[in-house]
Amino acid sequence: MAINAPVEATAEAEFQVGSREWAPLLVRFARERPLGAIGAGLILLMGLVAALAPALATHEPLATDYAAMLAPPSARHWLGTDAHGRDVFSRLVFGSRTALLVGFGASVLGATLGAVLGVTSAYFAGRVDLLIQRVMDVFLSLPLIILALAVVVILGTGALNVILAIMIPMIPRCALVVRSSALAIREMPYVDAARAAGYGHGRIILRHMLPNVMAPYLIMLTAYLGQAILLEASLSFLGLGVSEPTAAWGLMLRGAAVQFAEAAPWMAIFPGLAISLAVFAFNLFGDSLRDALDPRLKTQ
Amino acid sequence: MVKYVLKRLLLMVPTLLGVVVLIFVLLRVVPGDVVEMRFVSGQNQFVDQKLLAAERAKLGLDKPMWQQFGDYLAGLVRLDLGRSMWTGAPITEEIKLRLALSLQLALMATLVATALAIPLGVLAALRQDTWVDYVVRVFSIAGLAMPSFWLGILIILGFLIVFRWLPPMVYTPFWVDPWQNLAQLTWPALAVGYRYSAVATRMTRSAMLEVLREDYIRTARAKGLWQKLILTRHALRNAMLPVLTVIALEFAFLLGGLVVTEQVFNLNGLGLLFVQAIAHRDYTLTQALVLIVAFTFIFVNFLVDLAFAWIDPRIRYR
Repeated sequence: MAINAPVEATAEAEFQVGSREWAPLLVRFARERPLGAIGAGLILLMGLVAALAPALATHEPLATDYAAMLAPPSARHWLGTDAHGRDVFSRLVFGSRTALLVGFGASVLGATLGAVLGVTSAYFAGRVDLLIQRVMDVFLSLPLIILALAVVVILGTGALNVILAIMIPMIPRCALVVRSSALAIREMPYVDAARAAGYGHGRIILRHMLPNVMAPYLIMLTAYLGQAILLEASLSFLGLGVSEPTAAWGLMLRGAAVQFAEAAPWMAIFPGLAISLAVFAFNLFGDSLRDALDPRLKTQ
Repeated sequence: MVKYVLKRLLLMVPTLLGVVVLIFVLLRVVPGDVVEMRFVSGQNQFVDQKLLAAERAKLGLDKPMWQQFGDYLAGLVRLDLGRSMWTGAPITEEIKLRLALSLQLALMATLVATALAIPLGVLAALRQDTWVDYVVRVFSIAGLAMPSFWLGILIILGFLIVFRWLPPMVYTPFWVDPWQNLAQLTWPALAVGYRYSAVATRMTRSAMLEVLREDYIRTARAKGLWQKLILTRHALRNAMLPVLTVIALEFAFLLGGLVVTEQVFNLNGLGLLFVQAIAHRDYTLTQALVLIVAFTFIFVNFLVDLAFAWIDPRIRYR
């Protein structure tokens, strides 16, 4: 541990979040972590595709063409068509909007609420902490998908409800990690100083403690982004996520894609590739970010 | 040690109670109940309210909520899960075969995951920052990225196109026909196991990296100890604790968390049963399933803690 101490100090200085000089930092990140840079590049690309979807799509994503049902990939339909004659490529392009919206929506909301809860729990300590921890334990003892399923069945399908359903299991997981970081920050002199200055609990938690748990917050956020996209795809695949006719990758794999898998394998292959590539990109980036922000794992 | 075990066992009770309360309340907040689901369907909007009330009374749904909860809890204390509100069969009967299937699948997937994760993780750690490391990391991140239900679809598709063969779609218990059983369950186990190996691979890698930097490894090297011996006896043994924890906890989640894979492979496991139960608003069955899943997780957690305390006596006195 003693040997690692200087490494830790410099690493923290290098990658301190909120530092003003972003550009050189980004260059360093790209050079030292090529995998992470590839992930970031793919994420940017996906963002662009989602933003420019109407320009990129060759067809209307909802337009049916019953003359060309289950048509194989061709110059007209790049990735073929589905059982309703809808263009698979165009639906994939528009599906990226659903994936990004649900992914970012759920993870940002979940991680933020989790962080606030974790810091609050650490700040008040004692009975409040114990109570919050026990409630979190209850949520943590259920698999992500079971909890998400239960919430979706209660709220009904649709993008907003799916975001909520995916967000809820995220909260305790993020709270747990953030709390352990916040416990150390709680003892810092500046928190004492803020308390001595007579600031209220809310202000100390939000202004003094929350900004200092940015590293675990960002790690959890990026780690969960891929998971959220995957979870959305799973829910949609079960028919409990985003509902037809909205273009969503998980939904495209449902029903006909499996039924006609042999005759029209493009229906089953391409949406799955899109999901995998998106989650892959987020995981790659999240992994490298964690390595960069968590100096203990830094390679020497 | 006995005191520690008892304390930990006692600590499980409030969490389980929390799960019971959570799911009990959650289910009753949902619009619609099992009686409505059964009698009020699309074409049949106007049903005699008296009939509905009579059906509810039969199931005890007319009682106040606190009383229902009391009855349920009293049943739990006697280890009686009750009857399914949808089929009327005892829940233990409903769950028996599906639990066997889910348990077997979870075990097989864990086996696949462990067999992949430990060698790959060790290899990546030994060749850190070389192409070997990168290939292993990309392989494991890819496993994490591919939805296992999609991998399942691809496997089925591959068999269909290449061998014109489909895995059997009806579940045969292992003790009835082991061959038929494995022909069906091997593929989902591979699809799921690959995905779950990813986390364990990464854990093995980082744990090995950490251990390999310890002083006692350097000492062992300085002594001129055989590299293989250093690895197996000194490094791997110490790096295994976090890895085994991850594998054990993943296993606990596999039991109920394979909803989508079960759907693809047409397996009647606990996950699919859960979806059906919650769609039918079958309160008793849903409660029982959630309780089983949560109990497994908490109990495996308990076993992991116990193993740790047994290996490292310092933990007991925390």
